[in-house]
Parts: sequence; structure tokens; C-alpha cells
Amino acid sequence: MAAQKPTKKTNASAEELKAYYRDMLLIRRFEEKAGQLYGMGLIGGFCHLYIGQEAVVVGLEASAKDGDSRITTYRDHGHMLACGMNPDGVMAELTGREGGYSRGKGGSMHMFSKEKKFYGGHGIVGANVPLGAGIAFADKYKGNDNVTFTYFGDGAANQGQVYETFNMAALWKLPVIFIIENNQYAMGTSQQRSTSSAEIWERGKAFGIPGEAVDGMDVLAVKEAGERAVKHCRSGDGPYILEIKTYRYRGHSMSDPAKYRTREEVQKMRDERDPIEQVRNILLEHKHASEDDLKAIDKEIKEIVNASAEFAKESPEPAAEELWTDIYATEVPQEA
Amino acid sequence: MAIEILMPALSPTMEEGTLAKWLVKEGDTVSSGDIMAEIETDKATMEFEAVDEGTIGKILIEAGTEGVKVNTAIAVLLEEGEDASDIDSASSAAPGKEAKADESDDAKSDKALAAAKSDAAAPKAPETDNTPDWPEGTKLKQQTVREALRDAMAEEMRRDDDVFLMGEEVAEYQGAYKISQGLLDEFGAKRIIDTPITEHGFAGIGVGAAFGGLHPIVEFMTWNFAMQAIDHILNSAAKTLYMSGGQMGAPMVFRGPNGAAARVGAQHSQDYAAWYMQIPGLKVVMPYSASDAKGLMKTAIRDPNPVVFLENEIMYGKSFDVPDVDDYTVPFGKARIWREGKDVTIVSFGIGMTYALEAAEKLAEEGIDAEVIDLRTLRPMDTASIIKSVMKTNRLVTVEEGWPQGSVGNYISSVIMQEAFDYLDAPVINCTGKDVPMPYAANLEKLALVTTDEVIAAVKKVTYK
Repeated sequence: MAAQKPTKKTNASAEELKAYYRDMLLIRRFEEKAGQLYGMGLIGGFCHLYIGQEAVVVGLEASAKDGDSRITTYRDHGHMLACGMNPDGVMAELTGREGGYSRGKGGSMHMFSKEKKFYGGHGIVGANVPLGAGIAFADKYKGNDNVTFTYFGDGAANQGQVYETFNMAALWKLPVIFIIENNQYAMGTSQQRSTSSAEIWERGKAFGIPGEAVDGMDVLAVKEAGERAVKHCRSGDGPYILEIKTYRYRGHSMSDPAKYRTREEVQKMRDERDPIEQVRNILLEHKHASEDDLKAIDKEIKEIVNASAEFAKESPEPAAEELWTDIYATEVPQEA
Repeated sequence: MAIEILMPALSPTMEEGTLAKWLVKEGDTVSSGDIMAEIETDKATMEFEAVDEGTIGKILIEAGTEGVKVNTAIAVLLEEGEDASDIDSASSAAPGKEAKADESDDAKSDKALAAAKSDAAAPKAPETDNTPDWPEGTKLKQQTVREALRDAMAEEMRRDDDVFLMGEEVAEYQGAYKISQGLLDEFGAKRIIDTPITEHGFAGIGVGAAFGGLHPIVEFMTWNFAMQAIDHILNSAAKTLYMSGGQMGAPMVFRGPNGAAARVGAQHSQDYAAWYMQIPGLKVVMPYSASDAKGLMKTAIRDPNPVVFLENEIMYGKSFDVPDVDDYTVPFGKARIWREGKDVTIVSFGIGMTYALEAAEKLAEEGIDAEVIDLRTLRPMDTASIIKSVMKTNRLVTVEEGWPQGSVGNYISSVIMQEAFDYLDAPVINCTGKDVPMPYAANLEKLALVTTDEVIAAVKKVTYK
């Protein structure tokens, strides 16, 4: 690995840093394994990997509390792992098996966990933004202090419904954090070719929504920004926008050869800005952890991921009767 | 143990590909994320990355080989401490078989499902629920459809604090069509919420609020404007219960006037009954009378699923008998027989019932005895009541204001053809609106809609009179 930037001082404890390292590594290894299972034909359809963007969701989950909700787009595996969903259940959903979170009926793009207040996993670009504001609307209606983390990409940021939602969220002071994961490419179209503004978060100013741009390769910077956003929302001041500048190493989906950017561009990001390497360097430099400690974490993660892959292969396909279940509810669902 | 590197599937449809180029050679060490090879798929040339760390022990498929099947071993990777002698021990996860469904089992259950369906199709009189909506002697009052809808919402809002109404002009303006008149005064601005003119956005917020545990009523000023929001009605509301394996859904009502009003032209006059009726996960209601508007609205608000409630502006001011009782509800999936008859069955719903009933009266004067059925809900649809009636009359005419191609009547015709073919003495006729955008001119508008005379003519045709 080439030289990283020198590490900066941080207020995070050794335990916190190790937890971020572990959580980001879990996402990366999980996604690599998902890519491998896709290659083997065990995962079908579309599969959008989160590799490179791990610091975004891990940093923001570090600023959340119990009761908060999260909702995202179809690049959702990382969000599920970061909020504590079981890797076995996620991987088994990717393979379309009975042990998956949606019993194999949702797939990579459509997964949910009522228990973890993870509201999907949505396949329509931009649609999850008003949905997230609606969850925040429900929290405000009930009078609690929960916030909803609503993630979407730089591509979704050009959808009209995002601005319809900004307007209502500001008007009604909804406790929603709009998180623009700007990985610079809307599928294959770069931000310069698709987006009139250089700083997408500044569009919030038109609605009176405060926000900021954040280095999304630095988990500590993300966490600090997340804490500012959460404080704003929880105190009843309405929505907040975080534009998190990140980068995806892989193509848009498994079948994307990513010819719209150079191999050097990707490699430079991996070598110089990798979010996991950054935390690894801090841990080692500040002697918060030894090489052996980190190796032990690597080993633990590898075992978790391998076990999830085994579970996902061995879990049976859903019974044919499942075709006809879950179309209509018979009673009003109870709150989690 | 050495690891076999397998030819990857790099698109949803790839079965084989060309191993265009190796970027590593035997003896090279690789770590996860390193690009090992270039592979040509049916769509593009893709880079193939390493997942595991190790040393390339042996390349099994040479660069330039075409037609390499997915999952063929293309190289062997040695892990730390292994050498070439470990190559034979290579094992792969060998997906193939386990990834495929047990086809014999599948076939069996498919047959079981088919059998269950064909049982239902057996030509015997189906079970129907013909109990009257209210017992004889119930005190009745005259009420407009408008008042009935408002009372239904108010009663349910008193009953459940999680129910709220949102939409354009529902609060301070008292409703563009005055359906929410007085509700702001009783329930306050927290529960009767004026939205900006932004259907796509507020429909999405409504669905999100339902995910979050509330029970929203989302009013569209007309269903024509819901076209901007249809993605949330279908993709976000109707499909989530299924996609989440039953974990969460959207218990809510989408409501507003549907179909033609008067002289409002093509963009404000469409009937969406046939569109929404097609969607699994939705329930679709289209009442005609005030008692049904009330009883079905209350049922809709209590239902744990997303309900599309199609009202009609012209019907809002019409008065009907409504039971003067505390809690009047009408179940979904139960048609109402407005008029019993033996010569022909006329099936309709919503404002279409106006033509159906008027035609039946005129036909009676000519000695033709029509049975008139109001479906009331289109999903679930009480097809059993239609079948039962056709088994008696042997003739069927359907009536709706919507367009002919892919109409509700088309669907009913196909059900009757499959399940009661032997009872038909004439082809089914679908009376529909004309196959044109709604014109503005008064005379053309009249021509574009279905008419009572057309229903009478259709009945005469199927009764050979």
C-alpha cells in the first residue's frame, strides 16, 4: 500500500476506532464475498457493491441512537451490516433463500428489518427520499426525538421528488438527515456531466436547510458531521443535509465494466484515501492496536463472512407456497 | 488448502465468456481487489478481481480462450505456506446443483396450485354472501356521498389517533370538493394537513408515515394528479409487504375523485379503475351510493393494506339512504345486488351504476327483467356473485366510464368465459367510454361517455330482442 496521508489527532477512543475498523472491514469483506458468489452464479440479477464507501455508513451509525431509523437506495448491503443486521440473513437474501431477511422475495435491492428500523433497500432512484421524510413525519407526529437517516446518491439528487421533499421537510421541520453519498458517478455519468451544481448540499439553502460537505473517506470526519446533523434534528430544528464525498471502487453493478473512468483514478483513491487503511494507520501509529490485534480482527471478520456465505448456500430456496404469501396483511402491523 | 479460481458470471445473463487476458502469471502474489484478468462477456470487457490473498499456483485456462463456461476453474490460488504440490487439493464451492431448485418438487407444487385454481373453476354455483347491508327496520337518513365520506373519516379519526388526512386544500380551504369540511375544526392542524402542490412528494411522505406506524389518508385533488405519484402507490406502497417478507407494509388510504366530471377536458377526466385494479398488494374501492361510500371508507381506513379509493365528483352531491347507526361498515369483496332479475345481468360499479339502474328501469317497461350488480370493490372482486347471476340469466353486460381496451369489463368477460362458459347464451358485451381522450365540447363529451341508451341496446342484443 502506498503512503497514506499522515494521520491527524482524534478524540475517538481506541475502542471506538477498533469498532469502526471492524465494522468497515466487515462491509468490505462481505461485499467481496458477495461479488465472488455473484461470479459463481449464486447471486443473480443486479448486485451493487459498497466497497470504498464504508466510512459513510459506519461514521453515521456511530452518531445514531436506539429508536432512530434508516432508509437507503439499492446499494444497501453496507447499511444493513452497519445497523447490526445479521450477515447470514443479508447474504441469504442475496442468494434468494428462505433464510434471507425477506425470505428470498426481495433480493439485493429490497431488504428490510423492522427490528433494526431499517426501512429498505429501494430500487427506484430518489423514491426513498420522501419515504424517509415520511418516517420522520411519523416520529414527529408521535412526539419522540428520533431522527431518520435518509441516504441517497449524487444521481438521485437530480430527481424532482428530492426537492419536493426538501420543501416539505423544511416547512414541517421534520427530523430527517438527508445524506447524499456522492460517489461522483451516477451509474456511468460523472457529476460534471449530470449535475449543474458543484456542491449539491448547497441546493438545500434554497429551502433554508443547513448542510455541509464531508470527507467521506475519513470515518471520524463523517462521525463528527453526523453528530452535528443529529443534534440539529433531534432538537426540533428540522432537516439537515450532509453531502458526503466518497468513492466506489467497483462498477455501478456487477455487470458494469466502469469504462467511464481510468484504472489509475480508482487505484489512486485506493492507495491514498482508503477509509479502512486510514483507521488502520491511526490504530497502529497511536499504538491503540498491534499488528496482531488487527490480524485477530481480520480473522474474526473472515470467519463471519465465510459463515454467512455457507449459510446463504445451504439455506433452502423458499417453498413454492411463498409465491402467494405476504401480498396482503391481515392485521395492522404493530410498532417494532 | 489451495483455492480454485472460477470463471465468474459478470452479468445477470452471462453463461460463458472469453478469457481475454491474464494480468498475473504463475508465481505472482495477489491480494483482494487486485485485477487478475480481463474477461469478455456478451456485453463488455470486464476486469476480474481477486477475492482471496495468495500466490497464483497454476493458470488452467490460457489467455485468448473463448467460450469458457461460468464456474469452470481457470486458475489455482495457493494460500500462505502452500506450494505447487498442494494444487491437486484445490476445492471449489461447486455451486451448480445446490443453486438450482429441486425441479421435481417445484413441478409438484405448481400442479397443486393449478389444481386448487381449477377446483375453483368447476361449474357449480359459487358460494356468495347475499345478506343485506343492514337489517330490516334499521333507521335510515338521507345523506349525500360527500357527507358520508366526511362522516366516515371523522368517525375513524375519533377512533384512532394514528389516522390523519393530508392533501391539497384539505384543511383551511375545507377541501377542494368540500369532502373534509369541518375536519380541521374538530381535529386540528396536526391531523388535517394542507400540503403544497406536490403529489409525488406528499404521496411518498404518506407512504413513509405508514411505514413509520401511522395510518394516513392521502387525498388527491383528483386521481388524474396521482399520475405524478403513481410510483409511490405501486412501487412503495403496494409491493413493500411482499418485498419485506411480511415485515412491513403501508396501511393507508389514497382517495379522491376519479373519472370524468363535467367539461374539464382530457387531462382531468380519466377513469383509473382498470389501472389500479391490476396491482397485487392494492385493494381498490369504487363506491356508488352514499351508504357504500361511508361503510367502505371506514373499512378502508381500518384495513392493514394500501387502499385505492376512487370517488366521483358528480356523485358527491347525490343523496341516498344511509343507516343511522353508530358504526356502519361494508366489507370488501361483497357485491351488492341492487335489483334482482332473470333475463340479463348488468354489472357495474361507481358512477356506471347510474346508467345500469336507469337502463334496467326502462327495460322493465319493455318487459325485460334485468339483474343489476354493483361490484363496489374491484380488488378483491366478488366474481362469485357475477357467476351465480349469469348462471341464472345466461347473459351479461358490463358498464363503466373507462376506456374499452384493457377495461374492467374485459377482465370480467374473461372470468365468465373461463368459469361459466356453458351458461352463456350470448357473448358478453362491455359498455365503456369511447376510445378517445375526453373532449371539451358539451356534445362531444356526452358522446365520449357511456350512455343509458347504449346499455339498453347492449341488453337487447344479448337477449336477442
